[in-house]
Amino acid sequence: MKAKIIITPKKAVVDPQGKAVQRALEQLGYQGSEAVHVGHYLEIETTGDPETARQQLDHACHKFLSNPVIEDYRLELSDS
Amino acid sequence: MHFAVLQFPGSNCDQDCVYALRNVLGHSARLLWHKETSLGPADAVVIPGGFSYGDYLRTGAIARFSPIMPAVLDFAAAGGLVLGICNGFQILCEAGLLPGALVRNRSLQFRCEHVFLKTPTTDSPFTGQIPPGKLLRVPVAHGEGCFFADDATLAQLEARGQILWQYVNARGEPTEASNPNGSLLNIAGICNAQRNVAGLMPHPERACEPLLGSADGLWIFKSMIHALETRPLVNEA
Repeated sequence: MKAKIIITPKKAVVDPQGKAVQRALEQLGYQGSEAVHVGHYLEIETTGDPETARQQLDHACHKFLSNPVIEDYRLELSDS
Repeated sequence: MHFAVLQFPGSNCDQDCVYALRNVLGHSARLLWHKETSLGPADAVVIPGGFSYGDYLRTGAIARFSPIMPAVLDFAAAGGLVLGICNGFQILCEAGLLPGALVRNRSLQFRCEHVFLKTPTTDSPFTGQIPPGKLLRVPVAHGEGCFFADDATLAQLEARGQILWQYVNARGEPTEASNPNGSLLNIAGICNAQRNVAGLMPHPERACEPLLGSADGLWIFKSMIHALETRPLVNEA
């Protein structure tokens, strides 16, 4: 079982990395990107009961893997 | 006074803090490896700057779960003085001992330069001896020192006088140009509501004698020492 965790900066937090990437995209000729947000992506390989794993990983996301003051996270569990 | 200076893998200002406290100010200061679980005899704790755990995941995110940290939380809860400098400030925010968070500098630049700090209040153990109106000239050296907190937290910091230091220009004005990282309200350092835990991004230990270009950082350590000398000692953690 694989957990995929996507962590992104909250809307209210200034994201200078995202802005720099957006400007670079425009310079490369890619038009129309209204906003870019740079975050983290984690893959965690795990075993056991899916519901228990989800609860534990959700707790870990909230307590450790993301900082709720500045970041949002999305947790997905899949078989591969 | 006895200062415990924490050492994490990646700390790099630990020796400078010990030098400022021991060699310059003549107090006891010892390094405490992060795998210890007790502070031992300590009147105050200093969490120094550096790149603990390589800044992996987020600055301070892994150090905050080091074995020594429960003892630091207990010490702070009992009223002990805790000062976090640069990465130490980031660790204290991650640990929930201070509100808010430090994020990437708005300029995306690592800023290494001297700044001027205004001290809005002397009503804290970390600012009590700073002469009113005195601007501190101290260095910053960080890539992620932009202080962020939501509006309600910022309002609370202002209302309770928890903003201890702000970036200002040479005339003491908190301008955008004098703000090296884009911190909200030009915040360079804050304390908790109980006023016994403080963090700041600038490095007072790197401004501890004239040979270094400034001795203004000593005012912060002297304030802590004065506060400790004039109040009952806290229990050993």
